[in-house]
Amino acid sequence: MYDKGKIIIGVIIFLAVFTIPFWYSQATGDADKSPYADTSKLIAEGKTCVEPADYMREHHVKLLTDWRNDVVRGADTIYTSEEYGTTFDKSLTNTCLEQCHTNKSQFCDQCHSYVGVKPNCWSCHNVVEEK
Amino acid sequence: MELSRRDFLKMAGIASAGVVVAGSAGTLLTGCTPVAKSKDGSLAGKQMAMLYVPSRHEEGCTDCTQACHLKHNVPNIADKKHEIKWIWETEFQHAFTEYMENDLLKERMKGVPYFVLCNHCANPACTRVCPTKATFKREDGVVMMDYHRCIGCRFCVAACPYGARSFNFEDPRDSLSKPVPNPNFPTRERGVVEKCNFCSELDIQGGELPYCVQACVKRKGSLEKSALIFGDLADEKSDFHNILEHLQKEEKLIPLRRKEIAGTQPKVYYLV
Repeated sequence: MYDKGKIIIGVIIFLAVFTIPFWYSQATGDADKSPYADTSKLIAEGKTCVEPADYMREHHVKLLTDWRNDVVRGADTIYTSEEYGTTFDKSLTNTCLEQCHTNKSQFCDQCHSYVGVKPNCWSCHNVVEEK
Repeated sequence: MELSRRDFLKMAGIASAGVVVAGSAGTLLTGCTPVAKSKDGSLAGKQMAMLYVPSRHEEGCTDCTQACHLKHNVPNIADKKHEIKWIWETEFQHAFTEYMENDLLKERMKGVPYFVLCNHCANPACTRVCPTKATFKREDGVVMMDYHRCIGCRFCVAACPYGARSFNFEDPRDSLSKPVPNPNFPTRERGVVEKCNFCSELDIQGGELPYCVQACVKRKGSLEKSALIFGDLADEKSDFHNILEHLQKEEKLIPLRRKEIAGTQPKVYYLV
């Protein structure tokens, strides 16, 4: 193989540059900073979400999309929790945000920016002012 | 059975042509206005409608417009080309253009204020042309907008014979107070079409009145005396029906609708 030394050095430099995001976040400790929403206050008040937290973490996108279609297209505005049997008004602003998650920047934005998604809910739906 | 390649292609061609013809025939037979069904069937068999009695209008009163626009976060944009309207005051000659051919009526009616809004037609043109079904008809006759689906093509704006639809050329939040007048109702965003929703966020099937009617009832004292009256046209035992009958039989008023000739079957009646 001609220019073996140059090629190997080149490959090493390429890999080093290419993997910057991985080792940089390891070095600075950013990798361990996973988003965390503090809901201890809500739990202390005895409030439960419409479904268990694990389910919501995974499925809130689908749940909200279903709510949207139900309300706008099916005139179906009441949600009955499968886990708890309680009923809720199907509304992002009036139920989720106003009644519990008044801290949108911590509860929504933190995780959305961590995973790099930009939901366009807020261009129409109003944000409850943070207390 | 031996099937030559030529015969196979012929049969495939005939079959696919048949599918296309059957499909389009189905659309023609069922009509072009599919109706969105309510999940629990609570809207079935209803026909929400509005009555407007122009003679009861007090000069200068815009209570209905103000109530509606505040509750629905409708911005007040000074530029006429960009303005957004759900219910507004216009003059007879603009609301009933076809009557302007009548020279005697024209003289008498010109300049008389009339309130206009989306007519929630039984046979709406807007829902037919919408390529994404962002606008659609509900079982109770309310013509709805799903802003999530609207792509801003404005076919519906062109199709509506009443000019009842407004396009958001700019972000409506720029022209609204902060926080918005009604934080519990969403705003719209730039690039979508909006219009009156007959207050579908309220329990209108259960007898709740739209905000414009509420405002008028508040001023006039009761629904019987109100200039705007709302109810279920299909329910013959309702107060709404009694009022409609009283207006027609006792007060000898005639229910007119805008641009009947367009064939859209509007559900806003003007009792004159």
